[in-house]
Parts: sequence; C-alpha cells; structure tokens
Amino acid sequence: MFCEKAIELIRELHRMSDGQLPAFNEDVLRQVLQEMEALYEQNQTDVNEAKAGRAELIPSIKLRHCCLLRNQRCLTAYLYDRLLRIRALRWEYGSVLPANVRFHMCAEEVQWISQYKKSLASFMRSLGGGEGLDITQDMKPPKSLYIEVRCLKDHGEFEIDDGTVILLKKNSQHFLPRWKCEQLIRQGVLEHVMS
Amino acid sequence: MSDALSDAGSDVNQDDAQEDVMTPAELIAKLEEAWLNEKFSPELLENKSEVVECVMEQLSHMDANLQRVKKGDAKASIHRMEIDRIRFVLSSYLRSRLRKIEKFFPHVLEREKSRGEGDPSLLSPEEFAFAKEYYANTETYLKAVALKRMPPNLQTVDMLKAVPEPCLDSFVFLRVKDRQENILVEPETDDQREYVVDLEEGSQHLMRYRTIAPLVSSGAVQLI
Repeated sequence: MFCEKAIELIRELHRMSDGQLPAFNEDVLRQVLQEMEALYEQNQTDVNEAKAGRAELIPSIKLRHCCLLRNQRCLTAYLYDRLLRIRALRWEYGSVLPANVRFHMCAEEVQWISQYKKSLASFMRSLGGGEGLDITQDMKPPKSLYIEVRCLKDHGEFEIDDGTVILLKKNSQHFLPRWKCEQLIRQGVLEHVMS
Repeated sequence: MSDALSDAGSDVNQDDAQEDVMTPAELIAKLEEAWLNEKFSPELLENKSEVVECVMEQLSHMDANLQRVKKGDAKASIHRMEIDRIRFVLSSYLRSRLRKIEKFFPHVLEREKSRGEGDPSLLSPEEFAFAKEYYANTETYLKAVALKRMPPNLQTVDMLKAVPEPCLDSFVFLRVKDRQENILVEPETDDQREYVVDLEEGSQHLMRYRTIAPLVSSGAVQLI
C-alpha cells in the first residue's frame, strides 16, 4: 500500500505525548521519498503512453498523483510538528537546549532553532524603543515577591539584584526574589518549596 | 507608616503624573484591555505598540525610583510587586501576539501585504520583522530537509493553504462598553434565520467572534 510509511511518521509523533521530541526518523523519511520517486517515474512513463492514446491509464495516473500529494503533505506535517515541539522546548528551557534534546534533532533542525532563537532575541531586544524585555520570563502571574527555593544541584555563586551574592549549593534552601529564580526553576537547578 | 509611604510613594507618583496625555492608571487600564482582547480573540488584533512603549517607559521609571529607596522599606516591596504584575501583563500580551503570529504566519503576512496605503498595520515593525524571518526560516528548512528531494512538480508547498487559518467562528465572552444597536447575528445552522440584537451597556454575552470583530477593534466591547 502506498503512503503507509508516511502515516507511520505521523503516528510516531502522535503516540508521543505533547512536548516530547522523538529521534529524527531519517530512515523512514528516506523510504517515503524513494516511494515518491518511484511513483513519479511510473507516472511519467504512463503519462507518455496515455498521450499516445492509451486512455485507460489515466485513473492509475490520478491515483498515483494523489498518493504523491498525500506523501508530501504527511512529510511536511511531520517536519512542521517537530519544529513546533522544538520551539516549545526553547520557551521552556531557555536558549540552551538540553543535550538529550539536541541529540534527537537533525542538522537542519538545529539550524532552524538557532535562527529562531536569533529572531526571537532581536525581537525582544527591540521592544519598547530599544530597551528590550525578556518575554520568556514572567510566565505565570506573580503571587509573591519572594519564594522559598531548594537547590537540587550545585550551581555556584548567584548574584541577586541588590548585589548580594549567594552560594547555590545542593540541598541548601534560600528565600529569593521570584523573578530571579524563574529560569533556574525551569532548568531544574532550583525547586520551588511549597509550604 | 505614613511618612515611609509618602517617601517612596510621592516619588513614583510625581513621575507618573508627568505623562500629560494619559495618567498611569489609564495607561495600565489600556494595557489590560488590549491584553484581554488579544488573549481571547482567535485572530491577531491591531498592534498597540505605543501602549507597550509607554508601559515600558513607566516600568523603567518606577525601577529607577525604587533603586533610590533605602533597604527594608515596606513601601518598596509593594511597588516592586506592582512592577512585577505589570511586567507579567505586558509579557503575556506580547507572548500571545507572538504565538498567533507564529501560528498563522502566512495569513498574517498576507494581510500585511494586501493592506491598503494608510491603513493601520496589524504588526508592529518588530513583529513584522519577526514574522518575515519566521516564514523564511521555516520555508528554507522544509526545502532543505524534504521538498528539494521530492519529484520536480512537488517541490513547493502553498503555505497559505497548508497552515490553518484562525477560526473566526469560535465563540467568545464579551462585556459591552458602549451600547450597540442592531447587531446582525448570522444563522449558525440552515434551519435558523438571521436576527438582530441590541447590546446594552454593561451586559455580558457569549457570541461568535466574527459577529463582533469590528466592535472589538473599535473598543466598543471588551472580551472577557
């Protein structure tokens, strides 16, 4: 059956829960492209014969063409959905993506995300007449100024707004301004301790 | 307590009052209005870059004032909290716009292209640059990975058709700010007929976005 490989790609993404990125499936992608090439070549020969008078070939040409379109559509959907997932990871983890995510990306995807990061950065820099505002911060409405956080790993020294430097050591607990911690919490360095 | 309050408070208020066209309270109200509308409308609304700029200015003013307040002042932390809240609203507003630009990028750019001379632009210049880059980047990517390896007649994708359009028929909650008469509600199903409604000031409704889209942009209703 035609198009089965392409559907496989879509299913693979569908099975993954939101926000997870499976490894780039170059293998199946290539198989789909090969199938498309074969379909295209068959169509070329059949078109020539149909022009020579064999009108009974037209339905099969049409069928192959539909399969080609479907394959194209499935592939672009697969690729685009992956981009959206990678984009979501950028917003979640900040500008440096974790190694296991990068491991699952293909070279072109790495290029895409670095270009995306650049666009986003220059957008944020140009906000408000050149002052700039990091809109990847303040994701949740603020409830209180300071929050209790616990260090999950050694992070080294950390300076807060008024100039005080504190040492973020594993298992130490601190009372810090929320807007300074948000990123670290998302990176998994700090944990918000709910009392 | 009142001494401590007037200390930091007067500073902030004086600076705020210098804004002659709009008081800070009005400005924040404007921002919140734009934020809620943008958050709940299915399509991208007109940009409010002048509001964004003013708010950013106010924020840096307030920030600068707070630097001068001495440590441990009770008033300072209240102001700091207020800054945080405003910054959240502002970021959230810009985020939801950017989200829509990314989601509907071919349509957004198409509208920008077909817009007549003198019509206000939907996108701020920064957003326009971002949308263009996003479009080019995504197109290059698709070409490099798959399209250029496809048969010659399938090497392009019509982005306008491939990317879904915003669904203008989705329902939104709204509150009426200025009384409206004779709003034509189109039928939803074949066995219904169109009818007109009057929207009383202060009343709240659940309607299709398409019906009231012009009222949202004119500011006569507020999405909630």
